[in-house]
Amino acid sequence: MNSFKAALALGYALTVSTAFAGELVVNSDQTDPAPKKAMETLIEGFKAAHPDVTVKWNNFDHEGYKSAIRNFLTADAPDVVSWYSGNRMAPFVKAGLFEDVTDLWTENKLDDQLKSAVKSMEIDGKKWGIPYSYYQWGIYYRKDIFAEQGITPPKTWAELIAACEKIKAAGMTPFAIGTKALWPTGGWFDYLDLRVNGYEFHMDLTAGKVPYTDPKVKAVFEKWGELVKPGYFIENHAAIDWQDAIPQFVQGKAPMYLMGNFAVAAMVDGGLKEDQIGFLQFPEITAGIPMAEDAPTESFHIPSGAKNKEDARKFLAYLATPEAQTKMNEVLGQLPVNNQSAKSNDPFLKAGFEMLANAYALAQFYDRDAPAEMAKAGMEGFQQFMVKPDSVDAILARLEKARGRIYK
Amino acid sequence: MSSTVPATTSYWKRNQQRLAPWLFLAPGMIMFSIYVIIPIFESIWISFYDWDGLGAKTWIGVANYVELLDDEAFYTSLKNNILWLVLYLLAVPAGLAVALFLNQTVTGIRLYKSLFFFPFVISQVVVGLIFTWFYAPDFGLLSALIKTVTGESIAILADERYVTLGIIAAGLWPQIAYCMILYLTGLNNINPEQVEAARMDGAKGWSLLWNIVLPQLGPATFIAIVVTVIGALRSFDLVSIMTDGGPYGSSRVLSFYMYEQALSEYGYRMGYGAAIAVVLFMIMMVFITMFIVRMLMQERNA
Repeated sequence: MNSFKAALALGYALTVSTAFAGELVVNSDQTDPAPKKAMETLIEGFKAAHPDVTVKWNNFDHEGYKSAIRNFLTADAPDVVSWYSGNRMAPFVKAGLFEDVTDLWTENKLDDQLKSAVKSMEIDGKKWGIPYSYYQWGIYYRKDIFAEQGITPPKTWAELIAACEKIKAAGMTPFAIGTKALWPTGGWFDYLDLRVNGYEFHMDLTAGKVPYTDPKVKAVFEKWGELVKPGYFIENHAAIDWQDAIPQFVQGKAPMYLMGNFAVAAMVDGGLKEDQIGFLQFPEITAGIPMAEDAPTESFHIPSGAKNKEDARKFLAYLATPEAQTKMNEVLGQLPVNNQSAKSNDPFLKAGFEMLANAYALAQFYDRDAPAEMAKAGMEGFQQFMVKPDSVDAILARLEKARGRIYK
Repeated sequence: MSSTVPATTSYWKRNQQRLAPWLFLAPGMIMFSIYVIIPIFESIWISFYDWDGLGAKTWIGVANYVELLDDEAFYTSLKNNILWLVLYLLAVPAGLAVALFLNQTVTGIRLYKSLFFFPFVISQVVVGLIFTWFYAPDFGLLSALIKTVTGESIAILADERYVTLGIIAAGLWPQIAYCMILYLTGLNNINPEQVEAARMDGAKGWSLLWNIVLPQLGPATFIAIVVTVIGALRSFDLVSIMTDGGPYGSSRVLSFYMYEQALSEYGYRMGYGAAIAVVLFMIMMVFITMFIVRMLMQERNA
């Protein structure tokens, strides 16, 4: 009897000890210098707060991660993984591969603190991860060139067109873009749709509730055509990546660039001073429509097959704190999601924070709001439109066919 | 008497001659079936399902194939595959020409041969990158050349009219080198007496090449065509490196489209990808059967 009790006690002690002195396995894809350093900061901070947990971090190559995650989630799940919010996590949630972490949100009152990202972390009324960072999209422009040409940053579509005309007349191309990887076209479509039809319509469209042949969608492409047809985008954009278009911006051949805030680093690396670069919110198109913005959010999740879920929850709880998010985003050069984090002094982040804080709503980005397959077909259509604007009807018919198949 | 020998040993003794070859073949055959034969049937099986690779499979019969018939992207890929097949075969005569040119004894010929062979040695990825830069608008050598000649700049990899041709040209560079090497070895084995006899009979130039040299190069030509056809049908790496199927999917080939649908970032339609793979397999089967029939016939004649 005694020995039986002892065995029980020993068993209990063993389970408890593994739970306490556990090893936490984190998989992520932060190989670029800034994200890598930010991740190191996060892990160090977590270790200081929870010295009994050892963290094992597997850092994957960014592109390889996208296919690797499918394997390790099913075969040998780590305890914490980085992934994207919105529709990009839907396949994993639907397949039961992500853990429901709604309890973490309620316990730590995160619905208030992480308010801006609530919608993007929710599927079926439950939360599936913790967001820690996001960044704004908008038009980056050359302040010095605008001053030279006497252009004031446009606030409306008419002003934007006028600015484009002026820039074109001065022998430059208004917009830099590289569409080889397709996704930069998604930013354009998002903003045009958000400004022409508004946030609700855009969300309905990316959720597959509206046909692509709808006249409202056609209207978006008409506006887009006003920039494409006069040649307001650089030539041969389909052959280059977004980084390859940066030199045109730096050399002043194309003084505007619709991009995410991460582009600033590349522009500064290219030799521009920070005061040469300006940031402006995408101008109003349909008057009276509240301004919604694109702000892709980055997040961590717990796989449902994780072995050490207790420590994984501790890790995510730590990730949600304002301190952790402040430190991490300082290194990342992005905005913390937690609204109690300290504000940054970086002029672009300040501008971005102001814009997003006043935004009517935040979209995630076309390839995260729409399911992956639709995003691929859609962005391919956008690229085709930017090269051959006259084939718009054929493109929209094709997208509608894809929509019919994808959102059964 | 001799009947006291245990049955098992006697079975082995009796059948040793018959079993031994199978035992020797077994490792290879097991590997071949695990990595080649079984996956082929598995792919065909998966092509009848709707499956994202994670969740449950749903049997949908031939729906994937029906969808393929109505898929623009599939026809684009098929058309490009045919273009690849036809143009890639230029590597065979081009390889022969280079081989004939290099088949002489001058000082440093080994160096020239290795320089011509060089593109086959470097990885396809590197070939793809070199040609991407070569074609690049603004700073690429070729586009600079076109600009000085015609005054207009053409971004080959961004133009749906030229993109596949541009990628095939990049693919031809190493493929010509490969065919050249095959022909150079073939030329080494040419019977010098026959050539001499032909010369005595007054054959030279084209007639010598056509009637005497080429027939002796038959085996080399056969292999060159086989590797080139297979190379054309499985062209994937160059498309992936140089354009990623773009602009707007106009440079896709079947193998790339399959990858895109089944395995890439936006894909995960295993069933549909498998259906594309099956179609590609059928096309390859036509050529493979032709080659095998020819080989068997030759063996029978020999």
